Amino acid sequence: MKITDIKELEEQAKIIRRGIIEQVYCAQSGHPGGSLSIADIMTVLYFNELNVNPQDPNWEDRDRLVLSKGHCAPALYSALAYRGFFPVEDLKTFRKIGSYLQGHPDKNKTPGVDMTTGSLGQGLSCANGMAIAGKLNNKNYRVYCILGDGEIEEGQVWEAAMEANKYKLDNLCVIVDNNNLQIDGTIEEVMSPYPIDEKFKSFGFQIIKIDGHNIDEILKAFEVARNIKDKPVCIIAKTIKGKGVSYMENQVSWHGKAPNEEQYKIAMKELS
Amino acid sequence: MKDEKKATRQSYGEALVELGKANKDVVVFDADVAGATKTELFAKEFPNRFFDVGIAEANMISTAAGLATCGKIPFVSTFAVFAAGRGYDQIRASVCYPNINVKICATHSGVTVGEDGATHQMLEDLSMMRTLPNMTVISASDDVQTKFMVNEIAKIKGPVYLRLARLKTNIIYEENQKFEIGKAFTFGEGTDGTVFATGVTVAEALKAQEILGKNGINIRVVDMHTIKPIDRETIIKSAQETKKLVSIEDHNIIGGLGSAIAEVLTEEYPVKLKRLGIKDKFGMSGNAEELMKYYHITAEDIINEF
Repeated sequence: MKITDIKELEEQAKIIRRGIIEQVYCAQSGHPGGSLSIADIMTVLYFNELNVNPQDPNWEDRDRLVLSKGHCAPALYSALAYRGFFPVEDLKTFRKIGSYLQGHPDKNKTPGVDMTTGSLGQGLSCANGMAIAGKLNNKNYRVYCILGDGEIEEGQVWEAAMEANKYKLDNLCVIVDNNNLQIDGTIEEVMSPYPIDEKFKSFGFQIIKIDGHNIDEILKAFEVARNIKDKPVCIIAKTIKGKGVSYMENQVSWHGKAPNEEQYKIAMKELS
Repeated sequence: MKDEKKATRQSYGEALVELGKANKDVVVFDADVAGATKTELFAKEFPNRFFDVGIAEANMISTAAGLATCGKIPFVSTFAVFAAGRGYDQIRASVCYPNINVKICATHSGVTVGEDGATHQMLEDLSMMRTLPNMTVISASDDVQTKFMVNEIAKIKGPVYLRLARLKTNIIYEENQKFEIGKAFTFGEGTDGTVFATGVTVAEALKAQEILGKNGINIRVVDMHTIKPIDRETIIKSAQETKKLVSIEDHNIIGGLGSAIAEVLTEEYPVKLKRLGIKDKFGMSGNAEELMKYYHITAEDIINEF
């Protein structure tokens, strides 16, 4: 199931966004802002870029994705559900007791989740490990890791960045979701990680800068990334937190809050 | 017990080489202390399966977790204070919660690190590690046991913390002695008391047993090599059959071996237990053997209890 048509991918991204809103609304908790900001990237990953098999989620030659900003699980679950890893209907159980859709991704509970995440800053290290294993095992799979722009304030991210460079992990593609907001404010106000591009570049990464909501740019970035040899790649995606839902866009208050019934209806209408 | 002495970190390094020969999936990580943890022995033999990640312990633990999800068996080593301390949340979130097959083998535990002093003397790791669900916690007492355990933990699918020491201590066991994880090893059948020991204190307990025996006091010594899952059966049996219980560890008396035993006794057979160990203090610089005397974790301290 590979969608190559840009219009079709844009339509799919709307479906993924509706899945995000559905989960957060049903759970009456969760993180819609950062989930919506990676919805387009997640759509391109699961409907075009990733070599995965919903019928065999643990297939050893699959591409891997580590959602290091694990609180944006709704975006991952929505993509996985619509890609066929589990029933879409189950998105309604997100965050509820007994559900296999935990508040943060759990590799043992949810089909298609490659790494358990949630404690920020650890995912890139895990992705490195998968990429190193790929090289040791002579596998051709690729490893993708999505980092939040606030998340890269964690020191471990930079330990991992050094490591990715040392081991020339050209089978690794890092994506920074640069929506510019974190819980306590803008990332500049709280603890600026800027310039993000210069930082990763100086750590040995090839940098690709894109509009994280432009499907065509996302597709092309992944293609370029695939052909870079002997060094890791970092795609810095400029995004809008809450993208697609008017009242959530660029509003830090929607980092971790659920819509009420009226807001839910508005959101679903805007995303239809 | 033999007169020959060897540090368990040395035994670990030697065992890793043998394990590496037998199992191609074994990979080893170190954080810039390969000469001290003795993983350098593996590095020399298998350079392609050895990763020195530099002074970045948090990253080391999570990277190992990533490799393990792809079928590798990572052995991760640094000093205990950095492995369990700096890597705690990584061990918790990236290893134990997802129940990932990473072996954390931490050397330089306890005050027996010696001259480096308090910052480098890990006295809280057993406490921190045994509270993590899915974690198996082992504290090896000698060369033979360490080598056995390195092989044995490679067979377990799941997280393991193996506690090792810098100080050279007596070789206790015969070369081909077998052990069972979760089953303590008991020396003697004396009924005057039981000394539960682990790691470097097992040799001390055996010295005390010999001296006490000469004075007509017959105790048994239990080598609690597995801190978790704790051997409830042996603890209860010792409590029922012997008059006095003592635990001794190169670790804070809060949360370690003594606490683990006390938890079992409280629920199953409430009797008194004297806990010898570091009494809620940090360590300090000094010669390792002098420090053992200072903190009262020697054979003499055990003898004083009888």
